Amino acid sequence: MTTAIDINKIDHSYGDFPVLQDISFSIETGDFFIVIGPNGSGKTTLMKIIANLIKPLQGRLTLFDRPLESYPRKALARTVAFVPQMAALDFPFTVTEIVLMGRSPHLGLLGWEQADDLEIAKRAIAFTETEHLAHRKLNQLSGGERQRVFIARAICQEPQIILLDEPTASLDLAHQIKIMDLMEKLRAEKNITIVMVSHDINLAAMYAQRLLLLSRGRIVTLGSPQEVLSYKILEDVYGCTLLVDESPIGRFPRVNLVPKKFLPTPDP
Amino acid sequence: MKPPLVLKRLMIVSFVLLLLLLAAMLLGLSAGSTGSSLTATIQAVWGKNEIDPTLAAIIWRIRLPRVLLAALVGATLSVGGLVFQALLRNPLAEPYILGISGGSAIGAIIGILLGVSPFPGVSLLAFIGSMATLLLILMMVSGQTILKRESLLLSGVMVNAFCAAVIMFLVSLTQDSRLHNIIFWLMGDFSMVDARQVAILGATLLPGMILIFWFAHPMNLLLAGKEQAQSMGVHVKAVTVTLLITTSFMVSATVSHSGLLGFVGLVMPHLLRLLLGPDHRVLVPACILGGSTYMVLCDVLARILPEQGEMPVGVITAMIGAPLFIFLMKTSKR
Repeated sequence: MTTAIDINKIDHSYGDFPVLQDISFSIETGDFFIVIGPNGSGKTTLMKIIANLIKPLQGRLTLFDRPLESYPRKALARTVAFVPQMAALDFPFTVTEIVLMGRSPHLGLLGWEQADDLEIAKRAIAFTETEHLAHRKLNQLSGGERQRVFIARAICQEPQIILLDEPTASLDLAHQIKIMDLMEKLRAEKNITIVMVSHDINLAAMYAQRLLLLSRGRIVTLGSPQEVLSYKILEDVYGCTLLVDESPIGRFPRVNLVPKKFLPTPDP
Repeated sequence: MKPPLVLKRLMIVSFVLLLLLLAAMLLGLSAGSTGSSLTATIQAVWGKNEIDPTLAAIIWRIRLPRVLLAALVGATLSVGGLVFQALLRNPLAEPYILGISGGSAIGAIIGILLGVSPFPGVSLLAFIGSMATLLLILMMVSGQTILKRESLLLSGVMVNAFCAAVIMFLVSLTQDSRLHNIIFWLMGDFSMVDARQVAILGATLLPGMILIFWFAHPMNLLLAGKEQAQSMGVHVKAVTVTLLITTSFMVSATVSHSGLLGFVGLVMPHLLRLLLGPDHRVLVPACILGGSTYMVLCDVLARILPEQGEMPVGVITAMIGAPLFIFLMKTSKR
């Protein structure tokens, strides 16, 4: 296995406020890697640094043993695709047109697609099961359908790494599981490295091969879901009472929230 | 090698709009107070020698430069509006947004008040005025903030508002016939033009148009936001800055010859987007050809509608364009 992403001592801050401090880890090719952590822990910033949308103040980042800054723009876009949180596009493009945009790092100066590019776009649409939407306008679709369209665009980019920023946020249950299954299929069939930021710890526990827990810009733990999701660590990071047991559908941890009324009241 | 997907649509749209433009230009050459017929004009254009030499002179020396200026102005303002709407992702963006209208108007009014010749005097001062305001705005948002569209928009709006106050002040001081000239300039006017002027303008605009066509695909990608465009390999800052400066330069050059024609730059991109979809690779040529056709036709109406003299063409552009746009928007609601 080769290393897809290697991050070495990254620091970043917005003004005087540090968002990431001393971050070092690496992600293997074909890994399903999920970053979790409370709000404001620096998850999205980390994702944007890997996507080269933000330059870190300190530290080095290599993709496939090559420094990030040595990649030309289009070559980088052929290596890494980024699916943003709540992707939107107010202009009336059709789904096919949007997915085709994913071909742009493969196109010449004028950005004119050929028939082959359309073929690749159609396969990406089929992979994400959005054929029935192909001729619809993006602004007529639901949140979950829209998210799958942007995933199809990322697939159409033919990258080796796909980054996703909370792809299941604000989706209903069926769409959540559909998106996660889709990412697992991408990883298994095309050996694409999946790196995801997620708020949903239980969903993350079911799919991630490795979890990274961030808190206040620092790495708390990194490892398998079993290793990371211990109630001691989580209660400390999230600051609430939790109960961790094993999911009845498989051998992975399940994190349960405990409402205040069920907490034992201290004796007076 | 198979042809690119967009090529067929691009060819069909361009061909149809080019035919319309040629028809409009023919109409533009035949319309005027000398009351010549369309057939006589066609004969003149075709090079038949039996036509009246005075009419030929009117067509070639007076009407042709005017028709060409109208076409260039319509093309530049439409494509300028298209670029600004894409870069700022704001449907209300128009080509004057970066202070161009205010700056050029102050320049032109000073020229008119000083009594310099319309060309190159007033034109040059208008151009200097708009370049000065553009420079001012670029300095205000210099560095990273140029990519923040709110600060760009707000700076433009503020500079234009300040300029409007200066314009009102200058107008309030003027009482003689120069007031009429100022008002015509502010509304847009094609009557003061010669062939040399049009040739210079055309040569200035052409490279800009080619550059904008070249950047049509990055503009598509930018519609989804700068982060997404960047993650698909677009050099967002280079594209944005180049397009903003090129377009502002082109629009400044244009209005310094024609005055402040409103509305075309706002509505033509919307109208063509409604008809042809949002793909800039088709919309850029469509705006160039469609915008020029529209402006040539408006100029024809401005010349033939009044019994005496002519109307400022700026009156016509909005009077026809606004209802037309509302009609199209209502009928195409899907």
